[in-house]
Amino acid sequence: MSDQEAREPGLLQPVAGGGLLDRRLFLKKGLAFGAGAALVGHMRQGLAEEPPWMKTPGEPFTNYGRPSPHEKEAIRWISANSGAPGNGISWTPLHKLEGIVTPNGLHFERHHNGVPQIDPHQHRLLIHGLVENPLSFGIEDLLRYPMVSRLCFVECGGNSNAGWHEEPIQTPVGYFHGLASCSEWTGVPLAVILDEAGLRPDARWLIAEGADAAAMNISIPVEKAMDDAILALYQNGERLRPENGYPLRLILPGWEAVLSVKWLRRLQAANQPVMARNETAKYTELLPSGKARQFTFVMDAKSIITFPSPGQHLRGPGLYRISGLAWSGRGRIKRVDISADGGRSWAEAALQEPVLPQCFTRFRLPWRWDGSPLVLKSRAVDETGYVQPERRALIAERGRHGYFHYNAIVSWAVAADGTVSHVYA
Amino acid sequence: MRNDRNRSGPRWLAPALLLFGMNAAVAAAPESPKLGRPASPGEIAAQDINVFPDGAGLPPGKGTALEGKAIFDMKCVSCHGPKGMGGSAGELAGGGSLTGPHPDKNVGTYWPYATTLFDFIRRSMPLDAPRSLSEDQVYAVTAYLLHINGIVDERAEMNAGTLPRVVMPNRDGFVQVWPGEKAE
Repeated sequence: MSDQEAREPGLLQPVAGGGLLDRRLFLKKGLAFGAGAALVGHMRQGLAEEPPWMKTPGEPFTNYGRPSPHEKEAIRWISANSGAPGNGISWTPLHKLEGIVTPNGLHFERHHNGVPQIDPHQHRLLIHGLVENPLSFGIEDLLRYPMVSRLCFVECGGNSNAGWHEEPIQTPVGYFHGLASCSEWTGVPLAVILDEAGLRPDARWLIAEGADAAAMNISIPVEKAMDDAILALYQNGERLRPENGYPLRLILPGWEAVLSVKWLRRLQAANQPVMARNETAKYTELLPSGKARQFTFVMDAKSIITFPSPGQHLRGPGLYRISGLAWSGRGRIKRVDISADGGRSWAEAALQEPVLPQCFTRFRLPWRWDGSPLVLKSRAVDETGYVQPERRALIAERGRHGYFHYNAIVSWAVAADGTVSHVYA
Repeated sequence: MRNDRNRSGPRWLAPALLLFGMNAAVAAAPESPKLGRPASPGEIAAQDINVFPDGAGLPPGKGTALEGKAIFDMKCVSCHGPKGMGGSAGELAGGGSLTGPHPDKNVGTYWPYATTLFDFIRRSMPLDAPRSLSEDQVYAVTAYLLHINGIVDERAEMNAGTLPRVVMPNRDGFVQVWPGEKAE
């Protein structure tokens, strides 16, 4: 029996089926299993030779750091049309990441016709249409404006769409749910620029357009533009990467990412939506009735367990840390429940602070696996009271051909040999 | 995220805000250094390629499906297939139903507005040479896509007057979820 167990004997008792333990175990100093593991590590190192990297000077400085060569698997997987390599997606490897921030080189991508290489000195933002003063801004101008920073997720409306498939897809979680990433975005509140241009009373929509080879356009309600939209210039402290919109992109917190137009060059204020291809033929959800849902902007609450998840392997029974991500376009995550018995019983996970609105929220829960097969699930609840649905409930409501906005509870089966697979359960 | 000093906003803004139906956060926007320079009508016209369902934004020009077929077969068929079917890109034609186990989403069954074809083709197509088609060519290819979906006659001229009047079969097929689901 460890010291901790002796002090608080209740803490190491399961709080739900399948060996789920109390989330407060992680809040205490000197975790029983953490301390033990560290001690063993020390003893092993004491017996070994000093490692070679302690006996010779290290590498010199670098102008821009790169990940360790031992982390070659923490990469985006690319799914593009071979006939049009600039048309496709790349996924954030969520299964390789911890915490809530997505490194800039791993933020997911969706391009319709490649990444434009834009000279920021030639790039301008034009605002026209139903405004009092049509205006044009250079990037240097915008860099002088008042700025805000906020951490928020950006999620493609088509993220997780393999969930609609009849058979559960078997792939690492990032290549199933990784069209979602989370960054600190810094830039000018769009409201400041719109106030300067002077929106006319009949302006209800802003038609945003990118400066890429698709000249991607889409309609944004004025209410959202004035509420919390950001003209982002920086991502995680550095200027935007080309694949994420350099030198200027929109960020619409909590809304499907196609609206956060990259390489933003133009905003036309209008009294109607433009009914672009990407808000009619695409990013609309066909229902069983034959009707389709349109302007489904808000990304509903979702959660996924990133450890353990398919492709990872549990090395025998013992104590583990379940870890995952939850987020909601409606606001803050209020609670994440985890089940280790296929949904029969649930335990509340610990949420990493701070819990921010429209932001990735890391959840964790200690778990003592006894080596028997079981099914893990996570279920997010947001501050509006919205509860992430079971798959059968989502499909009963929407059918299987909506393609976009799949956010059902995800189930991972853990086999006796420690392998993890995706199941519908 | 707003500047506290300005949270209440200038007093004269309050009635305007009510008029605009905005929430109070609008008034709290930080002060702008006002570096935007006036955009001239010519500068706007050179960039404005949005085409709206009511036809606003459509340029002068015209084309028929007969003319469009030749352009489609030369510039579009490699990805979209003959008559817009069977290519590596999404199906453009072929009819079918939106209900049942394998719904057929294409221009004829799904797209609600004919103007969207013009808007999208002009700005994005063909993928290897976007913005390379003339206005007449875009009208002609648009007419061809409408024709292979049985929506217009092969000799029907599409122009700024006729195109917005084309009623697509799925015009009423959409349920607008927003603003019923506002975030806050």
